[in-house]
Amino acid sequence: MNQTLPMPATPSCTPQPLLRVRQLGKRYGALTALHDASFDLWPGEVLAVVGESGSGKSTLLNAVAALSRPDSGGVEYRLRDGTLEDVHALSAARQRLLARTDWGFVHQNPADGLRMDVSAGANVGERLMGLGWRHYGQLRATALEWLQRVEIDPWRIDDTPRVFSGGMRQRLQIARNLVTSPRLLFMDEPTSGLDVSVQARLLDLLRRLTQELQLAVVIVTHDLAVARLLAQRMVVMQRGRIVESGLTDQLLDDPQHPYTQLLVSSVLPP
Amino acid sequence: MNAPTLSAPLQAATAAACTSAPAINFAYLDERSKRMIRRALLKAVAIPGYQVPFGSREMPLPYGWGTGGIQVTAAVIGPNDVLKVIDQGSDDTVNAVNIRRFFQRTAGVPITTQTRAATLIQTRHRIPETPLREGQIIVYQVPVPEPLQRLEPRETETRTLHALAEYGLMHVKLYEDIARHGHIATTYDYPVLVNGRYLMSPSPIPKFDNPKLHRNPALQLFGAGREKRIYAVPPYTKVESLSFDDHPFEVQRWEAACALCGATDAFLDEVIIDDQGTRQHTCSDSDHCQQRRAAASTVAT
Amino acid sequence: MYVAVKGGEAAILQSYRLLAEQRRGDEAVPELSVAQIRQQMKLAVDRVMSEGSLYDPELAALAIKQACGDLVEAIFLLRAYRATLPRLGRTLALRTETMALSRRISATFKDLPGGQILGPTYDYTQRLLDFALLAAAPTQPPTEPGPARPPEPPAPRVVDLLNQEGLIEQCPPPAGDPEPTDLTREPLRFPADRATRLQNLARGDEGFLLAMAYSTQRGYSHTHPFVGEIRLGTVAVELEPEELGFGLSIGDIELTECEMVNQFVGSQSEPPQFTRGYGLAFGHSERKAMAMSLVDRSLRATELGEAVQAPAQMQEFVLSHSDSLEASGFVQHLKLPHYVDFQSELELVRRMRAQALISSASTDSAATPDPAPASPPWTQP
Repeated sequence: MNQTLPMPATPSCTPQPLLRVRQLGKRYGALTALHDASFDLWPGEVLAVVGESGSGKSTLLNAVAALSRPDSGGVEYRLRDGTLEDVHALSAARQRLLARTDWGFVHQNPADGLRMDVSAGANVGERLMGLGWRHYGQLRATALEWLQRVEIDPWRIDDTPRVFSGGMRQRLQIARNLVTSPRLLFMDEPTSGLDVSVQARLLDLLRRLTQELQLAVVIVTHDLAVARLLAQRMVVMQRGRIVESGLTDQLLDDPQHPYTQLLVSSVLPP
Repeated sequence: MNAPTLSAPLQAATAAACTSAPAINFAYLDERSKRMIRRALLKAVAIPGYQVPFGSREMPLPYGWGTGGIQVTAAVIGPNDVLKVIDQGSDDTVNAVNIRRFFQRTAGVPITTQTRAATLIQTRHRIPETPLREGQIIVYQVPVPEPLQRLEPRETETRTLHALAEYGLMHVKLYEDIARHGHIATTYDYPVLVNGRYLMSPSPIPKFDNPKLHRNPALQLFGAGREKRIYAVPPYTKVESLSFDDHPFEVQRWEAACALCGATDAFLDEVIIDDQGTRQHTCSDSDHCQQRRAAASTVAT
Repeated sequence: MYVAVKGGEAAILQSYRLLAEQRRGDEAVPELSVAQIRQQMKLAVDRVMSEGSLYDPELAALAIKQACGDLVEAIFLLRAYRATLPRLGRTLALRTETMALSRRISATFKDLPGGQILGPTYDYTQRLLDFALLAAAPTQPPTEPGPARPPEPPAPRVVDLLNQEGLIEQCPPPAGDPEPTDLTREPLRFPADRATRLQNLARGDEGFLLAMAYSTQRGYSHTHPFVGEIRLGTVAVELEPEELGFGLSIGDIELTECEMVNQFVGSQSEPPQFTRGYGLAFGHSERKAMAMSLVDRSLRATELGEAVQAPAQMQEFVLSHSDSLEASGFVQHLKLPHYVDFQSELELVRRMRAQALISSASTDSAATPDPAPASPPWTQP
């Protein structure tokens, strides 16, 4: 029997945060990569983490997504049944289960998030197989459905990502992550390294999917245009610290912190 | 000047080591090694299908040639055992002969070619056709104990996958086979799930033999000397071959029958008998074939 | 019980006879003695002892004779014998700083206390075949030997000299000085600590380690190595029986030790220091000791904060494949009958080809993918 995924808890009148990040800190030797980072994330909300390279954005993302252990502070995640769990206190087994069901992680380089020598269909179906799906026909049909949703030609289902373009690989990575209907998606510069036109198409897709699926997203990007297009809220990082946060439009139209002002002023209008 | 003297135990041990040809212990292995292997076997039986690391010893046969099976046999064999050794189902292949001679020299136990008469069977790549009984032990020689190795060579990773029962990777492989060939393309060393928990390699037996693993009355022990792992399937344990609901596990079938005994339900070897490429099929299990022929001639007379 | 002696046993016995003939060679030629091998093929004996993990030149020479000169086979013989030996005790750690030196060189200093002692080495010979050796009669009177040279007195180790200035990392034993695992008794588990890795490398196949070491010099994780010191000589082996409370020398063994000085490492808080790689082998085995030291350093990548990118830095890759017995056994096991498994594959390939023939005969040219094809025709309930 296929293992059914738990239904999301019915929302209460005042929605509670899905993710609570409190005073996260991380050091590498003498270097402070992250200091006192805090934010909340609500269900269905897209949060952009922006800053230049070296600002600590990826460090923050990895610590929140339990890919690395912070030196201070904590991350709490609300499970489908409503309980709030300290992510880093979970056992490795539960963390891995969470990462494969409730969460998704889209890597900057799609090769890091895909099995490059296994077919697109298997890439999409793997998480389901890991959850106990044992019907080949159903797995294949589900994979086909998702390939279509991310605008990959269905007849490519048996091709491996090695023969896909960069944009296609990225879209496959997204499908692989979304197949288990996660509630939270982490994305690390998903559009960098892609052609401008390809980027635009991918951003469009992301915007559509996040809205359709009511996904909460934490997206790391150095590109303010990406933040403007996808994110309702935004935090700005500089040298490991969050220097400003707020609604994306407000921040971009009326930046308060000098660093944010600098960032905004150097962005070319689309 | 008085040289310091060694203590009595140290002296005795040194003297023993200095004598020329050391006497070989029963079944070759020293008692401490046997104890170490038995402890590993007990753990293995307690956790069906789980690979227990053990301190494999250098044996007089090379790694890759059955040293794991030999060490397991050496650890469990006793003077009252009756030993059968087969390779590819036959008692007569050079490898089986070599291993049997090894135990004849080092243990001097009675030897048999009859599955029914054996208490201990060491095998490479086949399970005998004759059903095994309670009280019998079958020892399998295993080249690669890790069923996920070809998909994930790192032991640190596969250890975690087994611990968390994360076997999606194996199903991905089967999915790929169906996508590419229309059916699962593994014909031997077909992965199984033991007791509903551990993914196990049954050793390179043909998938034809997989059903015999399930709820077998005999104790099944597996030894991998080079990779240094021991595992076990206790009697009457559930062993299921992996499959998809819409692509169930199936065994091989032949259109021919055994040219010697007429068997239609045994694993058949194909032999080319002339330059024109004429083929003949005979039972892989030499004892099974022999028994059938003996029974047929008894009936005939 | 009835035992059928059939073709298999007869074939094996005949192969033993042929093997004995091969080993003896032409009966007209005098038989090689174990003593001759021990004396005149010293470097082969040294290698067999190192990888066989047993210091016994006579047994190593015997193994070489029995193996017809195949050193990997000889190593196997010695290891198998070793596995039968009882453990009497454990020696104290060997003190190579007390080594009576017959050779000692350093590439990091032009001169140093104790001096550069060239000793017996092929390094500065010209590799020209010496046909005079062909014609050597067995009872050639030796040329007047020079006065017996005593071994050089012990000299301070280069790493200790560098240590005086704090220039090289110290490498103290881990906290609590835990007992190292014994790889001849326990299986290798990953991640392996340095002591375990060194043990594995010491027993490892020289050819494999040489190739791995070479790869590090060609850019597959370069560690900027310098030979800090190579020393060859004899060292006392000491046992400390409990009731005595002090070490008892039970003999001397010859060792080759290599200390490699590598890429320095430092951080904002710590000043840079050179890092180390270590190699040790029985007898005169420089190539092995040097290769081992390069690979040892390479495998310390994670510990030293280096990104693991090259095969020589990957523990599982290097340590799983370094043992010549395991490698040789598994590679050569392919000679064993595999016809049952091959039979299975044969059936599959035939059916797949038959199917391919059927489907190419049809005029199917579907552009959209179908769901999984119906059960293949060959499955019968």
